[in-house]
Amino acid sequence: MHSAPTSDRSITRMSRPLRSWRLPLIASAAAWLLAGGMMTSSALAAEFTRIDTVASQISFHYTQMGVGMDGHFSGFTADIRFDPARPETARAVLQLELSSIDTGSTEANSEVKAPTWFDTAKHPKAHFEASSIKALGGNRYEATGTLTIKGRSRPVTAPFTFTPQGRTAVVDGSFVLKRGDFSIGEGEWADYAIVGNEIRIGFKLHALQALP
Amino acid sequence: MNTRYTRTAISLHWLVALGLFGAFGLGLYMTDLPLSPYKLKLYSWHKWAGVSLFLLVLFRLGWRLGHPPPPLPMSMPAILRVIAHLTHALLYVLMIAIPLSGWLMSSAKGFQTVWFGLLPLPDLVAKNAELGDQLQWLHMTLNYVLAALVIAHIGAALKHRFIDRDDILSRMLPSARK
Repeated sequence: MHSAPTSDRSITRMSRPLRSWRLPLIASAAAWLLAGGMMTSSALAAEFTRIDTVASQISFHYTQMGVGMDGHFSGFTADIRFDPARPETARAVLQLELSSIDTGSTEANSEVKAPTWFDTAKHPKAHFEASSIKALGGNRYEATGTLTIKGRSRPVTAPFTFTPQGRTAVVDGSFVLKRGDFSIGEGEWADYAIVGNEIRIGFKLHALQALP
Repeated sequence: MNTRYTRTAISLHWLVALGLFGAFGLGLYMTDLPLSPYKLKLYSWHKWAGVSLFLLVLFRLGWRLGHPPPPLPMSMPAILRVIAHLTHALLYVLMIAIPLSGWLMSSAKGFQTVWFGLLPLPDLVAKNAELGDQLQWLHMTLNYVLAALVIAHIGAALKHRFIDRDDILSRMLPSARK
């Protein structure tokens, strides 16, 4: 059922210049269905099921007094299932250890664990679960899902590229979240002139193929 | 021979003096504050002041090249004249080196300097925590040396005024009209 849209699209794309030719249309449709079937079987082997969390990076970029700042998280777990040929069957669940944050200064690292920021005592993890991943053409894809931080959930959409390199692949993308949506930085910190509301989250994940 | 500093040199001297006292005091005060939006603001202001002072001092040096200061009176012992020149030279070196060390420290600590939040200064060194700490030590030490020199500078000016009773101080005062 999931593979049906792909086949339909293939036929439509293929048949356009051949609309007045019935026989070639049927022939090409058959050829495409066959090719589709072959792709599916070869794609099974190309499914990526694990993330090398050590080689992967989750970073963030924000502005402080109008000055761009970078930081990253070192601790996260990922449960993924992604086949670039069949993105619609993909699954992705990421759990980010918020206390693994490195903002660039020790002072800020302890500050952001406080209740006004992440409140890591009550909400130690950020959670992302993809609801759908669609192909945008080439090696570009787009993941849509729900991001939960500090007990607040918001929909997010993150475009990314997927670049296979042998049995590993690099997943590279980013999206922007508004810290205000998640109550990250409350009280005196709610002033976006000091720390900007928009935080760009970048991810560069090393995906590994399923072990044979 | 001119016996007074030009009006521009006098203005620059007092403007820089005011700026140095302000930036120095702010630097001392802000460092030990707990992290807050207020602290981040003060740090930015301190950095903006530092860049402004650096540019003012460069302008001052340029002005000084075109308008040599009046010579020290021959009534002063030669050794004191040498010490006075050395002190002035060192004051200029520090007024250049201190903002530079602050700028480099900011880069090494990963906080780029953006003058008045508008003009980004390039990061001449990459982010490096250890280098950041060394530059912080340097920035602080140079400041304490400057503070000591400024105290000597003020002490010498007062000595000229009240003990030697010469015109060394009055030639740098805006109000003095001889």
